[in-house]
Amino acid sequence: MSYTAAAVLGVALAAALDLWVLRTRLLARREFWLTYPIIVFFQLLSNGVLTGRSVVRYDPAAILGLRVLYAPAEDLLFGFALVLTTLSLWCWHARRSGDQAAA
Amino acid sequence: MGRYTYLAVLAGCLLAAVWLEPLFRVRVLRRWRRLTLTVLPVAAVFILWDLAAIAAGHWTFDPDQTLGVSFGPLPLEEALFFLVVPICALLGFEGVRASLRRRAATTPETTGDPTPDGAAGARANRQAGPSGEPACSTAGGPE
Repeated sequence: MSYTAAAVLGVALAAALDLWVLRTRLLARREFWLTYPIIVFFQLLSNGVLTGRSVVRYDPAAILGLRVLYAPAEDLLFGFALVLTTLSLWCWHARRSGDQAAA
Repeated sequence: MGRYTYLAVLAGCLLAAVWLEPLFRVRVLRRWRRLTLTVLPVAAVFILWDLAAIAAGHWTFDPDQTLGVSFGPLPLEEALFFLVVPICALLGFEGVRASLRRRAATTPETTGDPTPDGAAGARANRQAGPSGEPACSTAGGPE
């Protein structure tokens, strides 16, 4: 599987987790779409340093070759899946515990 | 920056977000149990993805720009990435939610209060908090 295919699959799984498994429905909420542009700005910045300075190098055969600020476009999908999964699980814990775990 | 390059990027990410904890009182780090239960499983899954991608040759790391400490093929910094980025994302998310709540609390009522003491009515509404707050809400919790 190429990185491209893995990244698309990752986003699909993260969306399924949010919408149907944990049912946190962040993808339908304003807070998420107000937060994501802020996160993506910092992601482009930090990822741009990592890829621009070749801290991380990608196999050209595993990616489409489309790059955004040095980083392969696939990284945006990877980051989206990571962030959505994190926020979804965070909200799921909040709902489950009724925020009892505020200690 | 040499071998500290990747580590410096992670430190920059944390610095960009961690001030939200005291200044916006987002209470992400304070709720450390929930934070642990959120970040650790997510990090585990994405580290497995990372290991699979390294094994498949999707990406490699420059040994001259990392500390040289690694877990198998995984540099320490790459493992830390999966702790730092989720924590920053949560700080940002709760920061946005805190500012939305603040705005909702300070926006004057526009629905025209029929009672003579409109200010008192607005005050009561403010104490009740914005209605329809989604399940993730933690605004009203004790400080």
